[in-house]
Amino acid sequence: MALSNDLIRQRLIQKFGEQVTNIEEPYGMLTFEVPKELNIEVLEFLYNDPELSFQFLTDLTAVHYPSYAGREIAVVYHLHNLVANCRIRFKVFAPIAQPDVASATKVFATANWLEREAYDFFGVNFVGHPDLRRIQNVDEMDYFPLRKEYPVEDQTRLDKDDEMFGRGGSFDFGNRNDDGSPRLTPQAGEENVERLGESAGGSR
Amino acid sequence: MVTSEKNTSLPEGSIETKTTRLNLGPTHPATHGVFQNILELDGEKIISTEITIGYVHRAIEKIAERRPLYQITPLTDRLNYCSSPINNMGWHTTCEKLLGIQTPKRVDYLRVIIMELARIADHLICNGVMGVDAGAFTGFLYLMQYRELIYEIWEEICGARLTTNIGRIGGFERDFNDVAFTKLEKFLKEYPAALKEFESLLTRNRIFMDRTIGVGGISGERALNYGFTGPNLRAAGVDYDVRVHSPYCSYQDFEFDIPTGTTGDCYDRFLVRNGEMWQSLRIIEQAYRKIQEFKGAEATVFHADVPEYYLPEKADVYTKMEALIYHFKIVMGEVDIPPGEVYHSVEGGNGELGFYLISDGGRSPYRLHLRRPCFIYYQAFEELIKGSMISDAIMVMSSLNLIAGEMDG
Repeated sequence: MALSNDLIRQRLIQKFGEQVTNIEEPYGMLTFEVPKELNIEVLEFLYNDPELSFQFLTDLTAVHYPSYAGREIAVVYHLHNLVANCRIRFKVFAPIAQPDVASATKVFATANWLEREAYDFFGVNFVGHPDLRRIQNVDEMDYFPLRKEYPVEDQTRLDKDDEMFGRGGSFDFGNRNDDGSPRLTPQAGEENVERLGESAGGSR
Repeated sequence: MVTSEKNTSLPEGSIETKTTRLNLGPTHPATHGVFQNILELDGEKIISTEITIGYVHRAIEKIAERRPLYQITPLTDRLNYCSSPINNMGWHTTCEKLLGIQTPKRVDYLRVIIMELARIADHLICNGVMGVDAGAFTGFLYLMQYRELIYEIWEEICGARLTTNIGRIGGFERDFNDVAFTKLEKFLKEYPAALKEFESLLTRNRIFMDRTIGVGGISGERALNYGFTGPNLRAAGVDYDVRVHSPYCSYQDFEFDIPTGTTGDCYDRFLVRNGEMWQSLRIIEQAYRKIQEFKGAEATVFHADVPEYYLPEKADVYTKMEALIYHFKIVMGEVDIPPGEVYHSVEGGNGELGFYLISDGGRSPYRLHLRRPCFIYYQAFEELIKGSMISDAIMVMSSLNLIAGEMDG
């Protein structure tokens, strides 16, 4: 029954040695990082080891960290051992230029749609996925909307800037010039003017 | 209905020369929401299914990256809108876990009452709709007046009925009034008889049993592999319940059973949900009794003392400096969230509703991912209905308790 974080950590280090890095326990949940080439091996080890047997994939998602050069996209797995009632979380990082991560669909059927979702919003290329298509957005979409370079608010609005949200310009959403003014591409600006003109002129 | 020209996918021994392609959805009455299933049929038998979802995707996760914590609560309403209080409470408890807020026992018990009412409201719709899809409208309508009563209780507490935005980080915006408690007593007194009658209409009904037993079954092992949680997993015989495994809101103080099934078919899912409604009633009764036992200051407390996140009394805002400052900071969204990474889940109406929240020390989440149970288990639909009839697909769909809002996020 008793499956402590220390024991899991021990077993992991015993098996994968120094490839398991950044071991933390935020809010009691064991969290670690492995090289992205190892993700399936780690999943299978955690699944098949009779003592660990993390056989339930609670969640799979991605996070975009634009400031981590060369490892911008994180794929996060949440696993649960339902018998011992223990949860763990592990991450793999991939470069945004080529975000290839092996698919977990062979181990967990539930990874299918979760990976499609991560692909849809972050563009993670899950190698070996049987049907990697967009799932929430339209197929014609040509960008990955949850990446940080796409701001939520209308870029022409000045009152909803990063400073509003405590990030004071240190965090680059890609919608600011160096002097802090909102970056408007000429095309986007023109479109806005046109659209405003139309509504003001009133076709009705 | 469109007939395709190919017949390559027809199984051996089929008397058909062509497969038929049938669109079930996006606005089919039996989908009870907007999503599409393209069924490839051999006569009336389903060969394969192609599922398209995302019709009501509202980018909640993206919006949440630019909202202070308290403005994300109304977004969670729109997940499983049959039981939005559970989503609200799930979000509040996630924030409280991140911020390290301890809520008073009375707040926990009040929350439990609200959440269990929401569970009943959710399950009675799902089970009622199962009856409707099988051709029996009576039960659905009969229970509807009790959902109305539940909505009235919520209305007394938060002013809203469907998208409730109920409670705040740390507790409730105001204490429950007497009308709410009177209506709760009325509900506790009258609902058991109605639920019993509902059960007697369907549980041993020959037609209903024939339509549901052995339809859309799944083994426990397969259900786990598919990430099933909630009543659908318990119907397959796995007694996993977040309320028991990782208690939140003092669920450990209550005595209740976890109803389970064996075969994981539509009938078992129906029975599990009915069983859960009885257990929810048990929990509400216990919680209500516990609330009445509180004495002194404990008997009136309805929020934790967290001035940075809980709006002060309006009267104080006009007269006290601290209250004015906190009021301004909260309303303007100028409260910094401590950096951290937290996963928290609650037992939602249709399974484990998880919140994965990453904060980088800004005023809004850096990333919020919602583990939406409905989205996760709906991918098993294709496997559940393969080889069965169209009418079975309808039953499977309504027994899974699919909510488009939760699926699309």
